[in-house]
Amino acid sequence: MTSTIKPATGHQDTALAIGGHTFRSRLLVGTGKYQTNEEMMATLDACGAEVVTVAVRRVDLNRTNEESLLHYLDPKRWFLLANTAGCYSADEAVRYSRLAREAGFNDFIKLEVIGDQETLLPDVEGLLEATRVLVAEGFTVLAYTNDDVVTALKLEDAGAAAVMPLASPIGSGLGLLNPYGIRTIKRRLSVPVIVDAGVGTASDACLTMEQGVDGILMNTALAEAERPVAMGHAMGLAVEAGRAAYLAGRMPRREIAVPSSPVAGMLDGSKS
Amino acid sequence: MSELTVMINGEQRRVPGPATAQSLLEHLGLDPRGVVVELNEEIVRRPQLGGTVIDDGDRLEVVHFVGGG
Repeated sequence: MTSTIKPATGHQDTALAIGGHTFRSRLLVGTGKYQTNEEMMATLDACGAEVVTVAVRRVDLNRTNEESLLHYLDPKRWFLLANTAGCYSADEAVRYSRLAREAGFNDFIKLEVIGDQETLLPDVEGLLEATRVLVAEGFTVLAYTNDDVVTALKLEDAGAAAVMPLASPIGSGLGLLNPYGIRTIKRRLSVPVIVDAGVGTASDACLTMEQGVDGILMNTALAEAERPVAMGHAMGLAVEAGRAAYLAGRMPRREIAVPSSPVAGMLDGSKS
Repeated sequence: MSELTVMINGEQRRVPGPATAQSLLEHLGLDPRGVVVELNEEIVRRPQLGGTVIDDGDRLEVVHFVGGG
């Protein structure tokens, strides 16, 4: 079942549907690394996102009078997608997921099982194992993965509600390194494909949406921009532009030129 | 009133006893609605915080949501 939405540009699109929820915005945003909570909130407002990711960490017992994140992120307005960032094993990721769910907002989890500290690339075996366990426990699993279609298909088979292949390593800002891989994943999977990690600037986001994916998740691109609020605005536009271009159906690429102005009607003495 | 020695978030602490998970959170100045508690590696469901007794030597993790990607 899909609902039709009509963004400002006037073209028709369906909403982003994941695990029984629908979202108007295809831009999902992280809440880490901002200079201040105020800047974070202004950036979230500017980019039009609805889904925001959060991490699960120990309370600092020496600073219990500090305002909590939820003081800024009203759960009635923002869909809180907890992540298992920093988890290097399936057991760890499952533990964090259960803690996140106990907070009581939803049963969604952005599942990360990391295999390498330098690249933060996923440990595929652990990721698949954790996905199976969490799906069996009723979680809606959005699995952060690499750009390999074999892994993506396994995650879908394991019950992931969405697959989130990376554009490039987390926090790298290297943009879309493997458009073919991302296009292939989108072509082959039935569940939503949301590119997560590595987007650096608006053109990266636009190019990524042009591959036909269902959404993009970014954090560092906004938080580490010189002016995050302005970049939030740019990214909102970029995601819409890329999506609109994809839906419009691009022209074919050619190896030779085809003139845009008529060949006939040239004056005497012209090459014709 | 006695004291209990427990591990909370990796730190050994002495807290007033007897204690429940709920009273412990209050002692720490934490709002139960904003945190999730694990006692000896098992999650304490929120409705059970008041009825969960804390024993000497227990290990607790108290977590919450923070900014992240």
